[in-house]
Amino acid sequence: MAIFVDENTKVVYQGLTGSQGRFYGLRNRDYGTQVVAGVNPKKAGTDVDGIPVYATVAEAKEATGATVSCVFIPAPGVKAAVLEAAEAGMELVVVITEGVPAQDEAWFFNKVKRDFPGTRILGPNCPGIISPGKANIGITAGEIALPGGPVGIVSRSGTLTYQALYELKLQGIGVTTCVGIGGDPVPGTSFIDCLEAFEADPETKAVMLIGEIGGSAEEEAAEFIKTKMTKPVSAYIAGVTAPPGTKMGHAGAIVSGGKGTAAAKMEALADAGVKVGNNPTEAGELMVEIVRGL
Amino acid sequence: MDLLEYQGKQFFASFDIPVSPGEAVTTVDDAVAAAERIGYPVVIKAQVHVGGRGKAGGVKLAANADETREHAGNILGLDIKGHIVRTVWVEFASDIAEEYYASFTLDRSAKKHLGMLSAQGGVEIEAVAEENPDAIAKIWIDPVDGLTEEAARAWVEAAKLNPAATDGAVDILLKLYRAYTEGDADLCEINPLILKPTGEVHALDAKVTLDGNAQFRHEGWEAFEATQVRDEREQAAHDKGLQYVGLDGTVGVIANGAGLAMSTVDIVNQVGGKPANFLDIGGGANAEVMAGALEVINNDPNVKSIFINIFGGITKGDEVANGIVTALGRVKIDAPIVIRIDGTNAEQGREILAAHESEMLQSKPTMLEAARTAVELAAK
Repeated sequence: MAIFVDENTKVVYQGLTGSQGRFYGLRNRDYGTQVVAGVNPKKAGTDVDGIPVYATVAEAKEATGATVSCVFIPAPGVKAAVLEAAEAGMELVVVITEGVPAQDEAWFFNKVKRDFPGTRILGPNCPGIISPGKANIGITAGEIALPGGPVGIVSRSGTLTYQALYELKLQGIGVTTCVGIGGDPVPGTSFIDCLEAFEADPETKAVMLIGEIGGSAEEEAAEFIKTKMTKPVSAYIAGVTAPPGTKMGHAGAIVSGGKGTAAAKMEALADAGVKVGNNPTEAGELMVEIVRGL
Repeated sequence: MDLLEYQGKQFFASFDIPVSPGEAVTTVDDAVAAAERIGYPVVIKAQVHVGGRGKAGGVKLAANADETREHAGNILGLDIKGHIVRTVWVEFASDIAEEYYASFTLDRSAKKHLGMLSAQGGVEIEAVAEENPDAIAKIWIDPVDGLTEEAARAWVEAAKLNPAATDGAVDILLKLYRAYTEGDADLCEINPLILKPTGEVHALDAKVTLDGNAQFRHEGWEAFEATQVRDEREQAAHDKGLQYVGLDGTVGVIANGAGLAMSTVDIVNQVGGKPANFLDIGGGANAEVMAGALEVINNDPNVKSIFINIFGGITKGDEVANGIVTALGRVKIDAPIVIRIDGTNAEQGREILAAHESEMLQSKPTMLEAARTAVELAAK
């Protein structure tokens, strides 16, 4: 089993006709993902390498039975694209686009939560989600992940997610699902949402969490792990030595007023029984120990 | 993007928030001329991107032209925490009855907008929050609903401002919320928000951080961008579209992805080195981008070694290696380079680099080994 997406998931790509959407959409299809439709109101009726393009997400859903949407729309159009996907009844909307204004994110997160409770947003500014061997939705290179479990991964950082997948693969350890929640200020899916799903997934036996400085999402995850999780967790937090008040690439990765430091996050996680590594390799090694001991 | 006070006031004024009449000037003569137009007394305020201006002598009251000349002369050119004052804001000095604090920002935990209002303004709000948290009235606003007048009024009452300030405060807070949301700000703060003896409420200061991601829908932001203060290295990187943060060590860092770049800075520190920078070249590390990144690092005289840390996901290791080789052909690099490439096609990438290996260019299989080598080289 996997969480959120598997081999039966049918996906519509909003922005399939653009250069990024086309590249990754086809790449995801090559991986085995059921890429069933694209959406572009100006190009309805055409196709992208055999994948039919519809005018709206609703029409794409009607014609193909898609339940998940993947958004490659440029930042100015993301707010409307997410709302359209939610209105069409998508269960999951994966927003890869980076550079979405924070006011838009805050608005569509709350709008979808209230009016479309059946829709989950993942991202924006995330690498997507991969259930190795089953479905890959987004920009992760599928070949760096080994299918089969028993580890679930949830991460705020793209390249560090790849690093984690790769280190586990080198050790011969498989992954059930790897969720990149993205580094933006208002992520649609939180660490806790993923931890909850991994806890409920019988095939996931352990979870690796990759966090970053800024905000309090890791501290909240630690509280959840402490009180609600039975499965072992290993973790790594990037930005231990970042100077306070400095924005380091991700909109979310900023330490302000002494809050959201890596040290505080690592302490909270360690206090919750999580094995915390000082660098990605160490976190990978800790996960190897956990898996060998299962 | 942090605005200077006078830009923040212009931003506020565009949303009809009352601010004092004033002018931004860069010379003493212009300061005097501005003061004459505005009428005395005036306040002369240093325009820099750091706090603590008052304590540093960057804010002075002037009752006439001579005092204006004297203070403007002292403040222009003043060094405030490493920021040289190039511009002063001259504004009419308001009579103050009471000082309040008001702000809007995003509460990332609650995923709602957070408004904070306090009757204890004019001081560091962090200090108030610590010593007397009850003195700050907070309101969480669902972005879909926005801030209603009714909610704003209840909020003002909860903050226990002088009743004479209620109507004026409600009016300003509604406008400030509009400025924050429609203006695409990450932060809008007024400290102090003042009540004048005559009963008007008025923004005496303006601290505004704009969300750079929203620049596409705000044409006026280019003027703000022009006054952003960056050190030379940061400006060079910004011009090349690179995500760069200057640090004060000796190991230059280049990585793909913000998380990996942060992690690289961490690991350099962990093995006893000091990173000279954070530099994220993003996903598509082609020769052009790599050459630009190497140039930026190379121009930093403190850099004694360079650590390039690449994880090939979509970006292939061999393409990255070719990019580095091409870049080296174009840029004369003074410091030795240590490269770690992992992930997709890493083997091919390492082979390509092997043909070019020398004292000035070596490849290491893991992040940790590469960091150690780079730190050793920097110490030589």
